[in-house]
Amino acid sequence: MFFQTCFAFLIPEILVRLNKPYFDFKNIWPLDYSFFFDSRINELLANGTLGLFMLGWGIALIILGVPVLVYFFGKRWYCSWVCGCGGLAETLGDPYRQLSNKSLKAWKIERWMIHSVLVFSVVMTAAVLYTYWTGASWFFFVDSYKLREVYGAWIGAGFAGVVGTGFYPVMGNRVWCRFGCPLAAYLGLIQRFKSRFRITTNGGQCISCGNCSTYCEMGIDVRWYAQRGQNIVRSSCVGCGICSSVCPRGVLNLEVKNEKGRLGKEELIGNTN
Amino acid sequence: MKKHIVIIGNGIAGITAARHIRKLSDHSITVISSETRHFFSRTALMYIYMGHMKFEHTKPYEDWFWKKNKIDLVFDHVERIDTIEKKVSLKSGELMAYDDLIIATGSKSNTYDWPGKDLKGVQGLYSYPDLQNMEENTKNIRHAVVVGGGLIGIEVAEMLRSRDIGVTMLVREKEFWSNVLPEEEARMIGHHIRSHHIDLRLSTELKEIISNTEGHVKKVVTSSGDSIDCQFVALCVGVSPNIDWLTGSAIETNRGILVDQFLKTNIDHIFAIGDCVERKYELPGRKTIEQVWYTGRMMGEVVAQTICGNPMPYEPGPWFNSAKFFDIEYQTYGNVPNQTENNLNGFYWEHADGLKAVHVVWEKDSYRFVGINTFGIRMRHACFDAWLQSDKNIHYVMDHLAEANFDPEFFDRYEPEILESFYKTNSEMVPERRNA
Ligand SMILES: Cc1cc2nc3c(=O)[nH]c(=O)nc-3n(C[C@H](O)[C@H](O)[C@H](O)COP(=O)(O)OP(=O)(O)OC[C@H]3O[C@@H](n4cnc5c(N)ncnc54)[C@H](O)[C@@H]3O)c2cc1C
Ligand code: SF4
Ligand code: SF4
Repeated sequence: MFFQTCFAFLIPEILVRLNKPYFDFKNIWPLDYSFFFDSRINELLANGTLGLFMLGWGIALIILGVPVLVYFFGKRWYCSWVCGCGGLAETLGDPYRQLSNKSLKAWKIERWMIHSVLVFSVVMTAAVLYTYWTGASWFFFVDSYKLREVYGAWIGAGFAGVVGTGFYPVMGNRVWCRFGCPLAAYLGLIQRFKSRFRITTNGGQCISCGNCSTYCEMGIDVRWYAQRGQNIVRSSCVGCGICSSVCPRGVLNLEVKNEKGRLGKEELIGNTN
Repeated sequence: MKKHIVIIGNGIAGITAARHIRKLSDHSITVISSETRHFFSRTALMYIYMGHMKFEHTKPYEDWFWKKNKIDLVFDHVERIDTIEKKVSLKSGELMAYDDLIIATGSKSNTYDWPGKDLKGVQGLYSYPDLQNMEENTKNIRHAVVVGGGLIGIEVAEMLRSRDIGVTMLVREKEFWSNVLPEEEARMIGHHIRSHHIDLRLSTELKEIISNTEGHVKKVVTSSGDSIDCQFVALCVGVSPNIDWLTGSAIETNRGILVDQFLKTNIDHIFAIGDCVERKYELPGRKTIEQVWYTGRMMGEVVAQTICGNPMPYEPGPWFNSAKFFDIEYQTYGNVPNQTENNLNGFYWEHADGLKAVHVVWEKDSYRFVGINTFGIRMRHACFDAWLQSDKNIHYVMDHLAEANFDPEFFDRYEPEILESFYKTNSEMVPERRNA
């Protein structure tokens, strides 16, 4: 909460008061898809050292900060502790968390969709930067201005804005985070393949009751893993901790530990043979 | 050789067996069950009533799972087993042949010969239809009586309280569940139950249920002569193996279906697993009938091996179990007897808030660690399982207690307080004084 308040509200406020460019220190490309737009870069560069510092900070966050923090804490450091969209989902959206679809099919759609948005945002940004440096508006076969317009309208406003909050009562409170957010996709890839974070299961204690899956806002079928004694290592998990707190048998625990053996063996304690 | 394996009962035992047989072989598998079409988690019944989940959420596998894994589901009731012809006869009239048969028919609620036990508004809670009845029977009622102080009784009390229905609990024992829990923790749970506005009456039994003019329960009379007005009575006085339907068959039963180490009955090719089973052989620290989720699952895993040509005896490790009493989670590993035993020593710690406690027990002479009850503090099954299996002593367990903690990251830790109190009452165990 402290981090949230300081970074999101205080610092931008102070900067605006000081007549400096508005910069939200915790908003990270590619969620902040306009970070590399010419107007933003120009604004930053026009502001001398501070502007340069902020451009540097933005880039450093993306290529260093993000992976390192995800390595140590999992993607929850951003999605649950820092992000404004996430904050809204956890407060305004909380009553709808059980509505996320847990089926295998929904998971398949999710993986296609979120990674497509990630690719789209990367291509769009590359095109915009290309235009910025070369002045040419055609990037391969597309018009970079057109591309960013389409991205802004469909992904930025339509998906993140309208679907992202308007669909809480239909698809659960984290629809945008789960199906659309390119930053979540990026963090997720790191969380899945290079992180100390995992949810561990407690021996053979699971009674398959289903509370965990029901209340997982990211639509993860947590029980599927818990009832076979397997750790949960999923790119989409935002580490909100709800599954652990609703479990009536103390089966689930969000842990950061040595990366080795993180996926864990499928193991239910009970039989000795 | 490909066999046809028929499983009666789609609970955790039957379904685990089916899944593991599928993993190990391409035998054809048929699961016959008459309660629900698909496997659901009985342990989650209370959450449906309390509105935390819908019935759909309690199904551990999506409906397409069974077809994809070639597990045939038949929604029907088995009436008879022909052990000579190797066929089961179904209520629908069908006869189904098997090569191997697994009986996994679970339990049924106990009832005793109380006057009025068949009145309207009086029921037990075991099955999904029971839950649907309870939904009907508790509409617009003011007060209910729960008979029995066990794990199902407390769940039913919590369910009723979630709808603001007044609850009186009649418990025969001196403290809540004190036929299992030692007195200290039983008393703590009793306090907690009362803090949830339940009228808990200890050392009290049900004597009679009295009807109104429409044959509906109106009040109950207790062994102490009190009468309590109520519109609903839940009979939660334990469960017994569901074997009545086997009467007259050649399958040997006592209180449950008798099985040997390979979970085989007295008849070749017929096995039994889960709640309906009574072991013919003893296992140290374990009862011969164990009606919990975990044993059903473990037996399912083992019988699948045997049926798929890898005969495996059922050898469960140290006992474990868990439950939740309103807000207090309970876990147990090993054996903590409810009464003091001469050869054992124990240590009990309770937090000032009355919501957390730890009880450890060890052998007086050898210091061997025997078991632990933990309340409000989650502990790692893997640690205690390993420590019990390798005969660790109490020193070792107390020294490593913090390792076993499984509470979420930012929760308060109580090990220092527990250890301080432990060494105060067991001063000879302070590490520096031990080897003297
Ligand atoms: C409310 C409640 C809460 C519980 N909570 C816990 C808990 O927290 N932890 C724990 O360890 N245990 C708990 N238990 C106990 C646990 O649910 C049982 O031990 C477990 O479900 C038994 O599994 P099973 O597969 O042996 O039998 P069941 O789950 O009883 O399955 C047997 C199935 O076979 C069907 N059947 C029976 N006879 C026939 C027939 N002739 N033909 C066709 N079908 C038939 C039955 O209808 C039933 O569906 C709880 C039980 C209840 C009722
Ligand atoms: S909530 Fe806990 S006991 Fe229930 S299915 Fe999930 S892990 Fe298992
Ligand atoms: S912490 Fe649990 S509930 Fe939250 S997103 Fe991860 S798996 Fe889902």
